[in-house]
Amino acid sequence: MPEHTFRVNGEQVTVNVTDDVRLLWVLRDLLGITGPKYGCGINVCKACTSHLNGKAVNPCAIPVGELRPTDEVTTIEGLATGEDLHPMQQAWLDHDVAQCGYCQPGQIMAAVALVERVAAEGRAITDDDLDGIRNICRCGTYFRIREAIRAGARNM
Amino acid sequence: MTGSNGGAPEEAIGRRRFLGYVVAAPTLVAAAELVPAAPPGAAAQAPAPAELTELLDLNDVMTAAALPTSALISVEVHPDGTVSFALPRAEVGQGITTSTAMLIAEELAVPLERVRVTLADARPELLFNQLTGGSNTTVSTYVPIRVAAAIARARLLSAAAAELGTPVGGLTLKAGVISDRSGSGIDIGALAGKAASTRTQQVSVRLAPRESFTVIGRPHNRLDARDAVTGRKKFTMDLDIPEASPTMVCRPPTINGKVGSVANLAEVRAMPGVTDAVVISTGVAVRARTFGQCIDAVRALRVSWRPGTAAGKSDESVLRELHAAELPLGLRPPTPVVEGAFTFYFRSNSALEPNCAIADVRAGSAEIWSALKSPIVAQQAIAAKLGLPVGKVTVHVTEGGGSFGRKLFFDAALEAAEVSQKIGKPVKLMWHRADDSRQGRVHPMAISRVRVSYLGDRVLSYKQRHTSVSTDLGHGLGEIFTALAARLPVGDIGFSQTFFHLSQAMSYDFGLSSRLLAETDKSFNTGSMRNVYSPDVTCARELIVDQLAARMGRDAYRFRHDFLGDDRSRAVLAKVAEAGGWGRPMPPGTAQGIAFHAEYKSVSACLVEIDCRPETVDRPIRDGVGGPRVTKAVFAVDAGLAVNPRGLEAQMMGGIMDGIALALTSSLHLRDGYFLEASWDNYFYTRQWNTPPELRIIVMPSTSDQPGGAGELGVAASMAAVACAYGRATGTMPTSFPINHGTLSFTPKPTVPPIPPSPADGLNRGGPSA
Repeated sequence: MPEHTFRVNGEQVTVNVTDDVRLLWVLRDLLGITGPKYGCGINVCKACTSHLNGKAVNPCAIPVGELRPTDEVTTIEGLATGEDLHPMQQAWLDHDVAQCGYCQPGQIMAAVALVERVAAEGRAITDDDLDGIRNICRCGTYFRIREAIRAGARNM
Repeated sequence: MTGSNGGAPEEAIGRRRFLGYVVAAPTLVAAAELVPAAPPGAAAQAPAPAELTELLDLNDVMTAAALPTSALISVEVHPDGTVSFALPRAEVGQGITTSTAMLIAEELAVPLERVRVTLADARPELLFNQLTGGSNTTVSTYVPIRVAAAIARARLLSAAAAELGTPVGGLTLKAGVISDRSGSGIDIGALAGKAASTRTQQVSVRLAPRESFTVIGRPHNRLDARDAVTGRKKFTMDLDIPEASPTMVCRPPTINGKVGSVANLAEVRAMPGVTDAVVISTGVAVRARTFGQCIDAVRALRVSWRPGTAAGKSDESVLRELHAAELPLGLRPPTPVVEGAFTFYFRSNSALEPNCAIADVRAGSAEIWSALKSPIVAQQAIAAKLGLPVGKVTVHVTEGGGSFGRKLFFDAALEAAEVSQKIGKPVKLMWHRADDSRQGRVHPMAISRVRVSYLGDRVLSYKQRHTSVSTDLGHGLGEIFTALAARLPVGDIGFSQTFFHLSQAMSYDFGLSSRLLAETDKSFNTGSMRNVYSPDVTCARELIVDQLAARMGRDAYRFRHDFLGDDRSRAVLAKVAEAGGWGRPMPPGTAQGIAFHAEYKSVSACLVEIDCRPETVDRPIRDGVGGPRVTKAVFAVDAGLAVNPRGLEAQMMGGIMDGIALALTSSLHLRDGYFLEASWDNYFYTRQWNTPPELRIIVMPSTSDQPGGAGELGVAASMAAVACAYGRATGTMPTSFPINHGTLSFTPKPTVPPIPPSPADGLNRGGPSA
């Protein structure tokens, strides 16, 4: 069986599995990294949102065979360093965003990528930016998410 | 019975004393009955509806619960100073583990972070008291949990008195430490063993008076929030149960279709990673090393299917059935009337976490893990399916990723048990989103007809006939025998009617009022979606109230205010009118809407502003719908005593998002025996681009010493307010919901194979981020 080597949350990992198995299942079912959640499997709900080399991606749509050994995958588990929370995670706590919590790892990873993208464009977050977030929250925490992203952005 | 055991002074059991137990254990375990007997002299409890009483009386199972200590809930104090409690309810996002910990922290005077609330396994001895539903958790557990905690406190104080040589009256318990006046202190952890009892004994206790509350009623963040934002919170599919490999089911192309034959089982078993493929009662189950390989295997199966329970049915044919089943409104009175008929299409109560369960079935026993709101029924149904005694089936209740009514049922747990038994291996079974959307439970399609008669400035009568595809209330009140009774034609009609009447208050002083429910057609997988009948019933009523006010020449807000029957109701309505700026000038194509709803001993009002201008409605959205935008929502709630106001606010926010979805965007389209929607790019639940950028929740000062229900409360008034605003903005009262149902805004995905392929274009190196 093919061997795939890449980096996850700062560590190099190697898995033996067929090329076409999507990264979401490699993370969850083979590596036991369960922060990224399944919500649709077709890259529309965004519950699995993680970062690849610093950009938001959806592991449910990435065949593991396409990863290179130098590729750095960051899941919610790897967002913070040590016990200190990332400013966006802290903003999530301050605004008590989570209800069931199922979508929130993906929401936070999407939020961090959005803030970084907007910052790179040299501008502040707008309502249109927030409207453009595609992550679904079936508990309907959208309003607190908007507040938390604005607060988190100030501390990033 | 009193005094020394509880550590409280000797006195007769008065109005403010409650009975509980100290349970024999090596560490302090204090307990209370979940449903205490009515205290002597107290008014009799509200009589149960006759139908239910008869059902319960049929069952000698009840006698098993007669043992005085069989149905206790208990608070345990540990030597490390923590306090634990196993809550016999399901946490699915509504925040009850946090509010429960707050009750214990209040009575025990321990820091909130020392309280660990877990979810209890199925406990059949609790009978129907292990059902999470009807927004009832806090209402039903508010007193018993505090009683148990207060008994623990009293025992700890007694133990400390002996240790410190100081009478209890000279001791204070604060932040988990008991101190005397000299300043000597002992942590409760050090007293946990000394305060324990070698025999179980009944004691009585007083509860902390409301004026002394320092935890209850103050906003607290969720205790599980840190786990949620770090990815550490574990849902069923995150559990690491040995050998429980990913499992999925290849499902029929029509609702509840059955397997005829499978052409290539052996071939599929030989696919990469696949360990098993087997026909079960709901389809063909495949087990593999990863879910990705399950998806490929499901798609590879070649199955011939037999027709399902809704063969050939469509929105149009169900609408005809509903009209045929409508109960008459009676003769039209000679006075002026306002009348309207409304259609509410099927909606999905799919949570973001799909139906899922882990099952490990061995010879002679079984163990199940799933987020279950009726775990006792699940345990009994699984035992029956497996042919095992109930006592041999252990059911663990896991934290749920949302429910909205879905987790009242245990479809995945039953299925997982069947697969595990059939292949003789543990399984981690998950429904694909397409399964969850097309074969999962739905809010039944319904029509509601309203007629109001009036004369001069008086409303003479209000009649509403709600006709619905049958709602499966087969989870009963949490037990297999009521669940089975609900499936009998007679029992079910009685139960649904009872539920309808218990949940539908008539808050307006509209003279003679009659509201009746008729149900028809059991061919669908239905369930009690968040707020059950109320969003549709209230939406129809509030739209008619707007018409009535206009006909009578009154302002829609003032009219409601004048016809509401009590101060609490008028107060929430007045609050949103004031805070939301009711009546302010709005540009053409935009408008306000206001609505009221009372349920679960709570009252609520919502004011929204909506933008229905073409440039807003037609804004481009990729794989989604824009439509009218609710630009502002103001919601006032009086849920009696709000244990955790921050959690209450969160529940109202979620209810508003549901209300917006129900009014504007989200429905299922039934065609030829199946639902067209197969995922979130077809089923348009509220998204960020539909969310009101301006939103305010107002928690009213508590008017009660008792908490009311809140988990579902926010939906009805919100849906109704959005519908009323839409009608005002467009000049036409909407009569069909959601308002975009007539336009199919997506290309339906195939039904064979039943689930879509996994995309492979997610890497998009160098392209824009996701």
